[in-house]
Amino acid sequence: MLKISGGRVIDPGYLDGIYDILVADGKIVDIVANGETTEPGGAVSREIDASGKVVVPGLIDMHVHLREPGYEYKETIATGCRAAARGGFTAVCPMPNTSPVNDRAQICRFMQQQAEKSGVGVRVYPVGAVSIGQAGEELAEYAELKAAGAVAVSDDGYPVSDDQLMRRAMEYAKGFDLPVISHCEVLSLVAGGVMNEGLMATRLGLPGIPNAAESVMVARDIALCELTGAALHIAHVSTAESVALIRAAKNRGVPVTAETAPHFFMLTDEAVENYDTNAKVNPPLRAETDRMAIREGIADGTIDVIACDHAPHSVLEKEVEFDAAANGISGIETSLGLSLSLVQDETIDMERLVTMMAVAPARILGVETGLKKGSPADITIIDPGAVWTVDRGRFISLGKNTPFHGREIQGRAGMTIVNGQVVFDGLSDKV
Amino acid sequence: MGLSTRDVLDIQSLSDDDIALILDTAQKMKEISKRPVKKVPTLRGRTIVSFFYEPSTRTKVSFDLAAKRLSADAISISAGSSSIVKGETLIDTVRNLEVMQPDVIVLRHSSAGAPHLVARHVDVPVINAGDGMHAHPTQALLDMMTVVEKRGQIQGLKLAIIGDIARSRVARSNIEGFTRMGARVVVAAPPTMIPKGAESLGVDVTHCVETAIADADVIMMLRIQKERKAAFLFSSLREYAKVYGLSTQKLKQAKSDVLIMHPGPLNRGVEIASEVADGDYSLILDQVENGVAVRMALFYLMMGGQRNAED
Repeated sequence: MLKISGGRVIDPGYLDGIYDILVADGKIVDIVANGETTEPGGAVSREIDASGKVVVPGLIDMHVHLREPGYEYKETIATGCRAAARGGFTAVCPMPNTSPVNDRAQICRFMQQQAEKSGVGVRVYPVGAVSIGQAGEELAEYAELKAAGAVAVSDDGYPVSDDQLMRRAMEYAKGFDLPVISHCEVLSLVAGGVMNEGLMATRLGLPGIPNAAESVMVARDIALCELTGAALHIAHVSTAESVALIRAAKNRGVPVTAETAPHFFMLTDEAVENYDTNAKVNPPLRAETDRMAIREGIADGTIDVIACDHAPHSVLEKEVEFDAAANGISGIETSLGLSLSLVQDETIDMERLVTMMAVAPARILGVETGLKKGSPADITIIDPGAVWTVDRGRFISLGKNTPFHGREIQGRAGMTIVNGQVVFDGLSDKV
Repeated sequence: MGLSTRDVLDIQSLSDDDIALILDTAQKMKEISKRPVKKVPTLRGRTIVSFFYEPSTRTKVSFDLAAKRLSADAISISAGSSSIVKGETLIDTVRNLEVMQPDVIVLRHSSAGAPHLVARHVDVPVINAGDGMHAHPTQALLDMMTVVEKRGQIQGLKLAIIGDIARSRVARSNIEGFTRMGARVVVAAPPTMIPKGAESLGVDVTHCVETAIADADVIMMLRIQKERKAAFLFSSLREYAKVYGLSTQKLKQAKSDVLIMHPGPLNRGVEIASEVADGDYSLILDQVENGVAVRMALFYLMMGGQRNAED
């Protein structure tokens, strides 16, 4: 039996206090006031001193790219899962833009088998493709995907440009209780753009991507969500206009949810100065007004989820001309630490952060979460006081592409527990 | 006294003193090209490698001649004949070159920031000969030299730049250069060709050519890229020429001694009427001539030349 003692235990809406958690056979067997003995007893084989720490339901990053199959030089499911464990995540949702695309049951199962084989323990909930080959022409087989473990469908990496296909995908997915995760990007408005359209792009002479390239499709998808009543989740929200559209939609009861990534509330397009390809991401880092709007959207609940869009790349794709460089940030090992800054600057409280990083993604995807007697022991212990410096050279992820290298952060994962097994221990080991 | 910077990546790389020194040195260099024997031994034994990853006639010849007139060994490579067609990365290409000990690398590239990338990876000084829509510092320097030659100084002049400002590296570098030297710059173009935040570059923005040229001392026309029609930037060449082109008719509203510039190559009858391009106040060929002098000055100053050395 594992005992986690003396931590501040938060299960949003249920628990917030100093408790001891007892874990046996992969399940939470009891949660008791700190120091109380527990019945039925049983030998405690390991006691974890969590005093000063925050003990929460396992964090879920519902938007990652694990690159396997097909791009194993960028990341593998094993390295991605190890990086996720270190980042405090007990589960991750790999997007389907692998090679081949995860548009069928075999790929879905393969991803989970690779996760199993890695022995890391982090749960992998695949996201299937909306369309075959993510080509935007034919619907993928959602029943098959769901049966093979897919928790949502998305053509992430590519927008679903065909309006009718998107409408039908949402209706069809509704029949299987699968949310549709939309990567909103109007390609004809992107028109070769490689960074945010604004003063920095003007200065650098790089073609810009206007905010409307995102918000036009957010507006379309909200309209289709109202039409179909399907569960729509907007991925990586980056603009003030998108936040406003989602807020208005929620106010009139549209079943839309949304996520943003730490880089959108931490950085602006100023980070691209000097043609830093590590700050090249899609959607692009935006203006300060957008960054502030994202923070407001987080504070008022318009944005439901923080997901880092972990997009590992090798130097082959990043140490090149800016317009030739791949989009993406390797974020899984910095996501929690950066997000804790929202609690430190009182944008949100710790309970809401836990909601955004654990409970809300679980609810949207229909997977288990929570710290309740009898529930699976997926637990993250947050060390909110640890001060550390991001060093991409020490990333477990094969992707060293981060614009946060050298940044000092307060807070990180202390321990990650999946199904009662410690998959990352930063409290006893030196990390 | 040399330059304060190792690389010339954009006008921002240069201090005001650097710009003054380059223009001054270029004026002295210009005389060399007018000699019967157009060559001095100043840079004998030095090696200059030029990469042109994008087609160029004027700029390439200008850099090559500048090197040869100073007796440097100059090699230029264009994209079609380089290993880039074999898939070699830019960084690999320049690292391989670096070990062959060139003294300066000149780079023309279609990607904005490519010279910055190269400069980060090699110790050899880099001159940007034009990168994407970003910068063309030697063009701005030769343009400034040309105006100084005619007007004595740039301070207090009004420069009107007309054309696709958003996609022009010439415009970006000239805006920076001319405003730094004390000129007022106005840009004129259809709104499709004005970059976001243009005002914060320190220029006035208008959509009316007549307004822009009204009290201008210098008018700089930019080449219209005909393929931009497909990107919906303008309706037709006919309408563009009529509304935004510089005709003798429009020129009547400008100052009588206004100077006319164009970085070339010209689309005669589109952004500039032939009579204007070939007219009395056209500096278009002076610009080209001064281009050699400016590049000679840069090579000289970057390869350890002293202000008071021979020539």
